[in-house]
Amino acid sequence: MIRVVLPTHLRRLALVSGEVEINVEGTVTLASVLDALESRHPALCGTIRDHVSKKRRPFVRFFACQRDLSLEPPDTALPEAVRTGAEPLLVVGAIAGG
Amino acid sequence: MSGVRVLVGTRKGAFILTSDGKRRSWDVSGPHFAGWEIYHLKGSSVDPDRLYCSQSSGWFGQIIQRSSDGGKTWEQPGTTAGEPTTGPEGFPKGESNKFVYDTASKRGAPLTTHMWYDGTQHPWEFKRVWHLEPSLTDPDVCYAGVEDAALFRTSDAGKTWNELAGLRGSDTGPKWQPGAGGMCLHTILLDPSNPQRIFVAISAAGAFRTDDAGKTWKPINRGLHSQYIPDPTAEIGHCVHHIAMHPSRPGVLFMQKHWDVMRSDDAGDSWREVSGNLPSDFGFVIDVHAHEPETLYVVPIKSDSEHYPPDGKLRVYRSRTGGSEWEALTSGLPQQNCYVNVLRDAMAVDRLDECGVYFGTTGGQVYASRDGGDNWTAIVRDLPAVCSVEVQTLP
Repeated sequence: MIRVVLPTHLRRLALVSGEVEINVEGTVTLASVLDALESRHPALCGTIRDHVSKKRRPFVRFFACQRDLSLEPPDTALPEAVRTGAEPLLVVGAIAGG
Repeated sequence: MSGVRVLVGTRKGAFILTSDGKRRSWDVSGPHFAGWEIYHLKGSSVDPDRLYCSQSSGWFGQIIQRSSDGGKTWEQPGTTAGEPTTGPEGFPKGESNKFVYDTASKRGAPLTTHMWYDGTQHPWEFKRVWHLEPSLTDPDVCYAGVEDAALFRTSDAGKTWNELAGLRGSDTGPKWQPGAGGMCLHTILLDPSNPQRIFVAISAAGAFRTDDAGKTWKPINRGLHSQYIPDPTAEIGHCVHHIAMHPSRPGVLFMQKHWDVMRSDDAGDSWREVSGNLPSDFGFVIDVHAHEPETLYVVPIKSDSEHYPPDGKLRVYRSRTGGSEWEALTSGLPQQNCYVNVLRDAMAVDRLDECGVYFGTTGGQVYASRDGGDNWTAIVRDLPAVCSVEVQTLP
């Protein structure tokens, strides 16, 4: 089970509270986690990455295990602790503003 | 008794104000979509309980919301949970918040760039929906004006949106350039007497008209004079802020341009200035009285660099002569130390016997007049900055 922490606005959009837990088949990567997340919560399509290009939106960042994964290729395997559910994948709105 | 519903979009959510036909006391619900920018929400004239709402964020992009009960509850009219988000070929399905420019050559030029602020060409990039205009005949049909400027249409109540690419693909497209607020298509007027005719306005490209339901478009900017562009009378490049029409007389249009208030009596083929005695002819909003097609309303703003009323006095100006002769309406409006703005989609009228006029400010007030503008009251105040105001007159 993969744990994903969403920012408040996206939790409201997806009508969830707290962490989202999703099953991912095959290699656990940023792309496969987001695929599974959007499949379960279609309201999130287009809010984290572009509908067509799948490129991360500029003001969205990914963190896990105290690492910034935002610039990692989407097919990069996520850390073991995320794959086992020990640590969550954090989807974070970039700090922009005062 | 009939009633009124006022739909208010703000920088941090949507609010819905309701009153009976007396319009003396108002219930306020909201914020809906708290924390999100609500550029616009509007109801269908065919089914008043059908509302469309543009919800957006610089972080998380564009969302379309739809209500079928007058704003009590909302839903995203997209893919339902559990359905795959991609089709058999691996392409994304049509979620409601997906606005993708049509670059197919058979439907319009595969246009990929427009003019940037510095004169270079810049890729077309979708940013947000500025304006939603429900069809006059079908509640499942709605038009969306977007930034970067283009016109989209849904025929399945907002689930999928398709571009009317003939507008962006016209040969003037590469000359369009953004105004200070971005390159947005902000005004959509549907001709009630001719379903083939639509007017749109784009900052800072100008006004356009189609007479074949959106397949082909032509610029309608003859008579506009904009001293801030290299050719002041160019076919393209005018910063049109808003256009208004009275439904009984769709060939007569009134325009608040960046500077100048303009009038056309031939469906936009030509324009003449009707700024007359206004203290400033800069402004954003313009609207027409519900029952008097020659009665107009504007809110003069000091200048394009000072987006507040002249002399710190918030004044609506009314013309009962179709322009040129204007009177200040001040009763109930702040007449000192007022430095708010009134944005282009933030004025509307109701259709009760004594026409109500409404507008919202960047200071978070929504003012209403129950007597055609003679007297004003703040029906709500201290909201986030108001982006848009629409009014529904309910049976």
